[in-house]
Amino acid sequence: MSEERNGASILVESLVKQGVEFVFGYPGGAVLPIYDALFGDARIRHILVRHEAGAAHAAEGYARSTGKPGVVLVTSGPGATNAVTGIADAFMDSIPLVVFTGQVPSGLIGSDAFQEADTIGITRHCTKHNYLVKDPADLAAIVDEAFRIATTGRPGPVVIDIPKDVQIATALWDEVAPQQRNRYAPQTRGSDKDIARAIELLSNAKRPIFYTGGGVINSGPRASQLLCQLQALTGAPTTSTLMGLGAFPADHADWLGMLGMHGTYESNMAMNQADLIVALGARFDDRVTGRLDAFSPHSTKIHVDIDRASINKTVQVDLPIIGDCAEVLEQLIEAWGNRKAQDLTEWKARIDGWRTRKSLAYPDNKNAIMPQRAIERLFALTRDKDPVIATEVGQHQMWAAQYFHFFGPNRWLTSGGLGTMGYGLPAAIGAQLGNPDKLVIDIAGDASIQMNIQELGTATQFRLPVKVFVLNNEWMGMVRQWQELTYESRYSNSYSDSLPDFVKLAEAYGWKGIRIESEADLDAGIQAMIDHDGPVIVDCLVAKEANCFPMIPSGAAHTDMILYGDHVAGTMDDAAKALV
Amino acid sequence: MMKIKHEASERHVLTVTVDNEAGILAKIAGLFTARGYNIDSLTVADITENHAVSRITIVTHGPPAVIDQIHAQLDRLVPVHKVVDLTEAGDHVERELALVKVSGTGDARVEALRLADVFRAKVVDTTTSSFIFELTGTPDKLDRFVSLMRELGLVEVGRTGVVGMMRGAEAA
Repeated sequence: MSEERNGASILVESLVKQGVEFVFGYPGGAVLPIYDALFGDARIRHILVRHEAGAAHAAEGYARSTGKPGVVLVTSGPGATNAVTGIADAFMDSIPLVVFTGQVPSGLIGSDAFQEADTIGITRHCTKHNYLVKDPADLAAIVDEAFRIATTGRPGPVVIDIPKDVQIATALWDEVAPQQRNRYAPQTRGSDKDIARAIELLSNAKRPIFYTGGGVINSGPRASQLLCQLQALTGAPTTSTLMGLGAFPADHADWLGMLGMHGTYESNMAMNQADLIVALGARFDDRVTGRLDAFSPHSTKIHVDIDRASINKTVQVDLPIIGDCAEVLEQLIEAWGNRKAQDLTEWKARIDGWRTRKSLAYPDNKNAIMPQRAIERLFALTRDKDPVIATEVGQHQMWAAQYFHFFGPNRWLTSGGLGTMGYGLPAAIGAQLGNPDKLVIDIAGDASIQMNIQELGTATQFRLPVKVFVLNNEWMGMVRQWQELTYESRYSNSYSDSLPDFVKLAEAYGWKGIRIESEADLDAGIQAMIDHDGPVIVDCLVAKEANCFPMIPSGAAHTDMILYGDHVAGTMDDAAKALV
Repeated sequence: MMKIKHEASERHVLTVTVDNEAGILAKIAGLFTARGYNIDSLTVADITENHAVSRITIVTHGPPAVIDQIHAQLDRLVPVHKVVDLTEAGDHVERELALVKVSGTGDARVEALRLADVFRAKVVDTTTSSFIFELTGTPDKLDRFVSLMRELGLVEVGRTGVVGMMRGAEAA
């Protein structure tokens, strides 16, 4: 049945049709018609954040933990520009978001109107696609296509900019699906020839390794199961990027831990010495490869990725397979059939040799809690609850990746590509909404947590029992660590001065605050956090100058890892300093 | 001391077929700046009866790996239907149009007209002391003509940038 409706109403109906449960947003002048359409509509729950960056990150946390697209609604101008960091973050980490931004009325576009920004121009290169809606008659079809683009292929953010007059003007609306445009059809299956070639390489490799990434998570839980199946058939040791943690269970005998700049010694050495790398939904990021000309020099490389542009971007590969991880894994398993796995005893013995370096060992400290120890205890005490972990960005993030262990996908939310401080708290809020019965913890640092700390109020308002576990060392720890390693410890502006009292701050927002000052209180403090039925900030005071190791310094090869106790020179040549 | 290094590069001609929607040209041009690719020339015009599809020809240069990336990055934009690297694909035609204004009298003027004839340039405007020549051809041919005119009173040059197409009966 078709009837005249205004743009705002068409938008709300389109969201309902997409099965949207939550909209993360903040009202303002240019979206008032949409907020009015949402008023009293019980089908969609609006989550009012405290800053638009929080809305975008919360939508990311929801998306990453549930596999469903996150939806954001913000006003024009500052509303849109504030959301840009979260949009760029979602673009880098391939998180499906659909972001609605209000825009000044069509007739005022380009006139420097109040709260006008060129949202389409600003978001052009940090979205998978964006739209300026010019007529409410186009809206339903655009929303339909936007959700398809955001969630299929390599997922990513899509922005829909809607001028205020388009929200108010009416158009004929029909309950039946709008005309679908079929211009976006990503390739999801590998060619039979490539699959056969991959199996040939895999069945003959003497030193194979699976290098898995966020693409396996994005492909859905089935991809993680299939990865485990293929691994069981081939016996190949498995490592993962930061974004891919959880796809392969961390208690498996063939799990090598994370690879890359702060990866384990065994995973980086195995990448270096492998004769076959099977990259699954991973993009050879600079944090993973280290020095490119020394990256895995002896290996044949197979790269499975749904994004053709990820192939040969930094590392030249021998066999690209364009496709969805789950679908290609299924093809590989089928093609493997009843083959016998190679005897990898010798390869695994070498890996065991590297494991004996115990690269995640860290020194004892009688006077202060080692941050690594705090994460180990947090993991031990929450493991049986199968928690969802979010992080901010910095040392605490790397320690969480190293010492917290994951056994399934969608439990690890972190800003990998863009490295956005302030991601974790809103992401935890989004994840808690999507997983109301789960324990959701944001592992944070004292500096990062302050970047979106206003979102404490959001959790209070929506009665979300998220936990924030702050590793407080009174430093921007990763910055301090780099200054120690490359600038002879000239600690330029990396000290956290004038920190708030996190316990009092928690209480001010109606949260519970717990301070842990010594190792003797560590377990009890963590337990009290878990037991409290409501949001908690734990201010865990940790050893101030602990560093995050192992570390491949920028510009170095996988074989040049620094471990705890190694002598570090304290300076670098200019070419190394110039790297990110 | 560290110095910035420059890599050896190749020239490639790409044709990109796109939905003719608002902002598409900015999207494509912006992709080149955002990722540090080069644009030597870019032409665009709609090519279908209903004005729904445009064809863009881009001349770029870069190391082979970068050219491959440009192709892949263009390909993944939603409004892009098809990207063809004419240089990679083989035998193709490249043409560019130039308008060249030359002013002078006496021998220089006669010589300009004679050279224009050699280059098969058309005179599209004239005064007693000037010509505008219209010339089509490969970018090299246009370069040569313009450099000859420089000696004979060149006033102004306008060039369209290259459009290209594969030889043979098939669409690329």
